[in-house]
Amino acid sequence: MSMLKEGRPTTPQAVEDAHMAPATATGNRALMLEEKLIFEIGSTDTTGVDFAEAPKVASRLGSLARTDSLGLPGLSEQETVRHYTRLSRQNYAIDLGLFPLGSCTMKHNPRLNEKVARMPGFADIHPLQPQSTVQGALAVIHELAAWLVTLTGMHSVAMSPKAGAHGELCGLLAIRAALEARGDARSVVLVPESAHGTNPATAAFCGYKVEDIPATAEGRVDLEALKARLGPDVAAVMITNPNTCGLFERDMKTISDAVHAAGAFVYCDGANFNAIVGRVRPGDLGVDAMHINLHKTFSTPHGGGGPGSGPVVLSEALTPFAPLPFVEKQGDKFVLVEEETAEDHHAQTFGRMVAFHGQMGMFTRALTYILSHGADGLRQVASDAVLNANYILRSLDDVLDAPFGPSGPCMHEALFSDKGLAEGFTTLDIAKGLIDEGFHPMTMYFPLVVHGAMLVEPTETESKAALDQFIMALRSLAERAKAGDELLKGAPYHAPRRRLDETLAARKPVLTWTEPALAQAAE
Amino acid sequence: MRYLPLTDTDRQDMLSVIGASSIDDLFVDVPAEARLTGTIAGLPDHASELAVERHMGALARKNLSAGEAPFFLGAGAYKHHVPASVDHLIQRGEFLTAYTPYQPEIAQGTLQVLFEFQTQVARLLGVDVANASMYDGSTACWEAIGMARRITKRGKALLSSGLHPHYVSVANTMAKFTGDALVHEAPTLDAATDIDALIASIDKDTSCVVVQYPDILGRIADLTPLADAAHAAGALLVAVVTEPVALGAIKAPGHMGADIVVGEGQSIGVGLQFGGPYLGLFGCKQKYVRQMPGRLCGETVDAAGKRGFVLTLSTREQHIRREKATSNICTNSGLCALAFSIHMTLLGERGLRELATLNHGLAVQAADRLAKVPGVTLLNDSFFNEFTLVLTKDARDVVRTLADRGILAGVSLGRLFPDAPAIGNGLVVAVTETVTPEDIEILAAALEEELA
Repeated sequence: MSMLKEGRPTTPQAVEDAHMAPATATGNRALMLEEKLIFEIGSTDTTGVDFAEAPKVASRLGSLARTDSLGLPGLSEQETVRHYTRLSRQNYAIDLGLFPLGSCTMKHNPRLNEKVARMPGFADIHPLQPQSTVQGALAVIHELAAWLVTLTGMHSVAMSPKAGAHGELCGLLAIRAALEARGDARSVVLVPESAHGTNPATAAFCGYKVEDIPATAEGRVDLEALKARLGPDVAAVMITNPNTCGLFERDMKTISDAVHAAGAFVYCDGANFNAIVGRVRPGDLGVDAMHINLHKTFSTPHGGGGPGSGPVVLSEALTPFAPLPFVEKQGDKFVLVEEETAEDHHAQTFGRMVAFHGQMGMFTRALTYILSHGADGLRQVASDAVLNANYILRSLDDVLDAPFGPSGPCMHEALFSDKGLAEGFTTLDIAKGLIDEGFHPMTMYFPLVVHGAMLVEPTETESKAALDQFIMALRSLAERAKAGDELLKGAPYHAPRRRLDETLAARKPVLTWTEPALAQAAE
Repeated sequence: MRYLPLTDTDRQDMLSVIGASSIDDLFVDVPAEARLTGTIAGLPDHASELAVERHMGALARKNLSAGEAPFFLGAGAYKHHVPASVDHLIQRGEFLTAYTPYQPEIAQGTLQVLFEFQTQVARLLGVDVANASMYDGSTACWEAIGMARRITKRGKALLSSGLHPHYVSVANTMAKFTGDALVHEAPTLDAATDIDALIASIDKDTSCVVVQYPDILGRIADLTPLADAAHAAGALLVAVVTEPVALGAIKAPGHMGADIVVGEGQSIGVGLQFGGPYLGLFGCKQKYVRQMPGRLCGETVDAAGKRGFVLTLSTREQHIRREKATSNICTNSGLCALAFSIHMTLLGERGLRELATLNHGLAVQAADRLAKVPGVTLLNDSFFNEFTLVLTKDARDVVRTLADRGILAGVSLGRLFPDAPAIGNGLVVAVTETVTPEDIEILAAALEEELA
C-alpha cells in the first residue's frame, strides 16, 4: 500500500454568487465563529483556577456569610481562552488596519511599551509602599513629567488625572481655585460650538454656565465674537487647538492675550497635540492649562475604551493650585508630596482627584514611547501625521466636499462633508461601506459645525501604501453614494453583524443577562 | 524611527500630490513666532529598543516589588494571583488596540464582553444593573454622591469614618465646586463600625450615606439597618467595596438595601501597578439607571435579526447631552474591565468562593498569630481578609523600618490619616492567597523585635 503523497487536493467549483452560500447548521462561517454568552455556556460549578486548600479556621465573618447563589458562571481555562479569542475576532483594531477615527489618534501601539509596563518593578508595586521602596517608580513619573513640561513649554504638570475628560476637570478646578483665591468668583465658561462634548460637560460639572462661541466660515473661532463676549463674568475659554475641524487656530495668541486682559484663563483641549508635538509649544501661545491624552499622542493603547491618562500641563499662574499628590526631586531622592507634606509648600492645592497617583501603567508606556522617539522623532511624528492627513485631503477633495479645503492645509485630520451625495445618502452609508472595505470608519457627524461631517485622522504610523488603499476605497464609496447605489444603504454586508437596532436597545434597555425562564416570567 | 513607515521618497511624492514644497508649508497657519525651527533643546534624540529597555529596566529594578517580599499591604489595592491566561488574552491586538465600540458591527467582541461584565458586576454587587466601568473606586464614589444629589435633590452626604480617606479627599475636592456638604470624621480604634452614629445623623437634608464594606480598618457589619434608616428619611445608601473578592464570602451590599454600590475592581484581574490604571465598578437599582454616569452596553438585534450588542442610553452622556450630561466621563477603563471579566470567568462562582475562603482562612491564621506578638492587639471582631493591629508605637515608623529589612508589613494609619495622630499606632494588614505561612512567621518575628 502506498502513501497518498498528494493529500486530497480540492478543486474550486465555480460559484455564481457568493450570496448563495448556504446557511450553516451552527451559524458559524468558517473562521468567523459565533460565540454565546458565558451565562449560556458556563456553569457556577465550573472553574478554570485551582487553589490550595484553605486552612480550617473558625469563621470571623459574623452573621454576614453569603449564602445565596451568585449566579456567576465559570469556564475551564481552555474554554475561557477560546471564548475570548473568538470574541476578539469580532473586533476591528489598529493591529488589523488603518483606523482613521478623527480626534482619537489611533496610532500603532509599540509592543516594547507593553513589555516595559509588565516589568515586576512597575506592575507589581503597591501605591502605598514606603517611598524608599518605590524610588524607580517615582523617577518614572518625574522623568515623564519633565518631558511633558518641556514639550509643551509650560510651567508644571499634574500627573494624576485618569483620562482626557478628567484632565479637563483638573484644569478647570485649578482655574476656579485660582479665581477664588483672588476673590473673583466668575460664572461663565466659553466653549466653541465645535468642541468635544466633554468640554461643556466638564465646565457644567464645575458649576459654570456654558456659552457657545460661534465659528467663522473658515472653521475657526470667531475672534471678534469672542472678544465681544469677554467680561468680568467669564472665568475661562476652552479651546481645542488644533481644533476639531483639523485646523490650527491662527489667532490663538491674540485670543489668549484678550482672555488674559479680561482676567480669565485659557484652557486648551490637548486631544490633538499629536499634530504639533515637537513643532509648536502651547506655552508659547498663552495657554494656562492643557490636558495631554497619553493614549493618543503618546501611544498608550486605547483598550476598547480605556484606560487612558490625562496629565495636565499648567502655566505659572495655575501651578500653585495643582492637585495632590505629585512627585518632587529633593537632592538625590524622589518624594511623593501628599496631604501631610503639602502644607509646607503647596498650601493652595485644590486637593486630590484620585485615590492614588494616576495611571502608572500608562506612564511607563508613554515614557518608553517618548524615549524611543526622542525629540527628533516626536517632531517627525507631527510632521508625518500632518503630511498623511493633507495627502488624504488632496487625494479626495475632487470627489468629496472639503468645506475648509480651499482655505489651506489641514493639520492632522482631513474633514469632509456629505454635500453632493445623492438624495437619501448619508455619511452613515459611507461609514458603513468602509467597514465592508476592511477599514474602521472615520469619525462621523462630528464636529457639529459641519453637515454630515467625516473626520479622517490617519496618524503618522500609516504607510503610503496603506493610505493609497484607503483613498481608493473611500473614493469608490463616494462615487457610489453620489451615483445613488442603493446597495450601499445595506452596508455592512461582510461584518460579523449587519446594522444594529440602536433604537430598540434604548427603548427597551436590556443591560444584563437574565435566564430565559426568568426573563419570560417577567414579561 | 522604527514606528514611522514613510520614506523620504514617499514624503516627496506625497508633497507633490498636495502641491506643497515642504512639510513646513503645511504648518503655515501656525504664527511664525510660535513655530519651532528645530528639535527642542535639552532633550535626547531617538533611541533603539534595546537602549530604552535598558533604561526602563534599570528604573524598574530600583523598586521592591510585592512578589519579592513578604507582602501585607491592602487599604484599597490588593495583591492577588492573576492567572496567566488573563494577561495573554487582554494583549490580543483586537482587544488592546481597539477603540470605544462606537461602530458596533465591527466591535461585537468588546461589546459582548461589556455586556457580560455588566452582568457579572451586577450579580457580584447584588444590584440590578452595572455600567461599563469608571476610572477607579474613588472617582466612582464621588460620581455616586453626585448621582444621589440628582435623585434626591438634596445636597448633604454623610461619609462613614470607615470610608477610605483618599476617597473622602476626592469627594471633598469635588464638593468644593459642586456645593455638596459632606460630613465626615476620622475613624477611632473601635471594634465596631460607626453605623449607629451614621443612623443617628441622618436627617431630612441627607442625600445619601456613604459606607465602605469591608471598611478601611477591615471591619464588616450588616448594612440593612443603615439602609432602612436612610430610606425612612428619603435618603439613599451608597455602599463602597474596595475588595471585591470579599463578596465571594460576605453578603452583597445590594442585598442589604444599598441603592448604589460602587467599588474598586482592581483585585480581580488587574494587578497593583502602583495605583493605576484601576477599574471603577458602578451599579445601582434599576429605577435609577437613567441617572447613572458612564457607558452602558445593551442587547439588541441587527438587520438580519441576529442578537447583537450596542452602547445605549447615551442621552445621559457628554457626547450627546454636552453640558446636561450626567457626567463628563468619556474614556473609562475598558481593558481593565476585560481583565476583570476574564478573571471572573475563569473563577466562576465556585472559584470565587474558594478564593474568598482561602483569603479568609489565611487572614484568620495571620490575625491570630500576630495578635500573640507582645505589643500587638487585634482590633477587629470580624473581618474578611484585612484587619487592623494596634501597636505600642507609631506604625509609620514600624512600617518604614520593616521595609528597610525587605518586609512590606501593611499600611499605617498615619500614612492614611496624617491629621489623626490619635490612631497613629494602627496598622492595616491584608492577607490574600499570595501570603504564605512563612511570610506570616517572618512578619510576626520582625514585629516582635521591633516592638520589644
